[in-house]
Amino acid sequence: MENLYIHIFLLALIVIISVFAVSHYRIIRGAILLGAVSFLVSISLFMLKAPIAAMFELSVCTGLITVIFISVISLTNPVYAGQKKINEMSMVKKIIILFLIVAVCGFFIYLFDEKNINWIPVMNDAQKTVTTKDSLWNLRHVDLIGQALILLTGIFAVVVLFKKGKEEK
Amino acid sequence: MFLLLVLIPLFLVLLLNLNLYKVNYKIAVLIAGLFSLFQMFFIFSPNFFSTGLVDLLSLRFECDGISWIMLFSIAIVSFAAICVLYASETIASGKKFHFVNLVLLALAGMNGLVFVRDIFSIYVFIEIIAATSYVLIALDKTKKSLEASFKYLVISSVATVMMLSAVAILFMAAGSTDFIKVAQMYKEYGANPLIVVASVFFIVGLFIKGGVMPFHGWLPDAYSASPNPTSVFLAGIVTKTTGIYTLVRLYAIFDFNYSMQLVFLVFGSLSIVIAAIGAINQDNFKRMLAYSSISQVGYIVLAFGSGTILGVFAGMFHLFNHSVFKSLLFVNASALESRVNTNQIHNMSGLASRMPVTSTTSVIAFLSTAGIPPLAGFWSKLLIVLALWFSGNKEFAVLALLASIFTLTYFLIMQKKIFFGQLKEKFNTIKEARFTIRLASLFLCAITILTGLFFPIILNFMAFLFSF
Repeated sequence: MENLYIHIFLLALIVIISVFAVSHYRIIRGAILLGAVSFLVSISLFMLKAPIAAMFELSVCTGLITVIFISVISLTNPVYAGQKKINEMSMVKKIIILFLIVAVCGFFIYLFDEKNINWIPVMNDAQKTVTTKDSLWNLRHVDLIGQALILLTGIFAVVVLFKKGKEEK
Repeated sequence: MFLLLVLIPLFLVLLLNLNLYKVNYKIAVLIAGLFSLFQMFFIFSPNFFSTGLVDLLSLRFECDGISWIMLFSIAIVSFAAICVLYASETIASGKKFHFVNLVLLALAGMNGLVFVRDIFSIYVFIEIIAATSYVLIALDKTKKSLEASFKYLVISSVATVMMLSAVAILFMAAGSTDFIKVAQMYKEYGANPLIVVASVFFIVGLFIKGGVMPFHGWLPDAYSASPNPTSVFLAGIVTKTTGIYTLVRLYAIFDFNYSMQLVFLVFGSLSIVIAAIGAINQDNFKRMLAYSSISQVGYIVLAFGSGTILGVFAGMFHLFNHSVFKSLLFVNASALESRVNTNQIHNMSGLASRMPVTSTTSVIAFLSTAGIPPLAGFWSKLLIVLALWFSGNKEFAVLALLASIFTLTYFLIMQKKIFFGQLKEKFNTIKEARFTIRLASLFLCAITILTGLFFPIILNFMAFLFSF
């Protein structure tokens, strides 16, 4: 039961920091906050006894991706003053909405808890003993092709949307 | 052998970008067009269903009759989109090159999606298609296209979260994301509230991706604001593959009881009627086609709601027909825009005399959409009505029939305003659209007519495909 409250607290924190990350007027701070979100997700995964997933979340999302984000953002221009003002003005609203989201989530969790719903059994023991090799290759061959495709799509997205062509110049 | 349809486009993208040889957009377009044609004919190969390569790489890929229908539709629409791209005068050559790459990636994603038999892999491949779509919509970087792309991104993210949550719950319950294991779990725990929540999340996510009302908010903007080849590609196949095809796959896994069927029937009916009424009032040609698309997707969802094999069969047949005639209408929209530089219907008049191919193929497409015999749309709508009637949902069958009158109304209004009437003076000098657009129009038109005329043969062939 105590674990459940820690999970709820972590989830609430993840939601709050995520909202701040996507709505912050300074992109660099947004990237750092996203790194913090990944870190909290890693803790949550460790607690849920998924150490492989937690390790990857910590090393790739918290570490590598944050470094890439910060490096790229450092090369771009800072935000203009007007945008900063708009964001500062809406901060109070953001906090109120966040508290409302957390309260609503908490209410639903309380309801589920009270109603004693017949939760379904969690995955069997065989699934808990998967090795890194299994989870990376043996179990998810198909998704590796998917990852290659999405990586290439990301590259083309950057080229199409951010690089100026001859005609645009 | 069917795995080649995922690997070849991936290989082609790498090849086009390795800079081994100076490749201009014309070569890239030719390669993509040839690949679409290759896919169209390769699926008829006797060795197509062999699993040698899949077994060699130990991939969980399977190909059945439903996959086959999707692969054929994907190839047809991709070919039409590539033809429109080649003729497009508003897209810069550099962007045409990127378009080809993105279409090839989307093709690999869609082909992969029709082969996978795992709910998490379904999610991965849907996201590949969605990611390419965001970029394709925003390709010309106008304010409208960027706004449409962002809107799609935001609404699609909601669908993503819902589907991923559903996958997590189902994985927790089944201990695996494989179709067989999840289906077994449904037999045991199908009525559990948490599993019902997961099912609803997945279905709503797919409704958003498919543009079913009332989750269609992104669709009219995305179809109307995107560049013409993107509109053909999106409306023709992308939303059908990500949203509707996946529903068919889940149909076999989820425990579809009557309440779930009722959800399909109600949302399908809503889409048919409200979108058809919405289409009547549109002045932008592409926007009108977008609403028409939502309405036709409603027919497919309604067919699935019948809860019978005939319903799934009819839905898949209408999906194929809709892919063809909606692509044809969007190809014609591209033809018009390339010549009159507008999509506003009130600015066009009497264009039939100047653009006879576009006008004639447009009439065929809208008659098929409205379900007029002997065109392809008539047969698929007839099957949908029969499926609903025999499953005891007679009121929905009547609704489906009556809604066709709305379809006929808005298309007649469109046809009259754009192609018939007095030709405006400023259009006296315009010519028919460029060759590749006409080629795409005639190709799609021929499929619509031939599917209708040779329906008994098509029916037998589809029944054969459904048997394995």
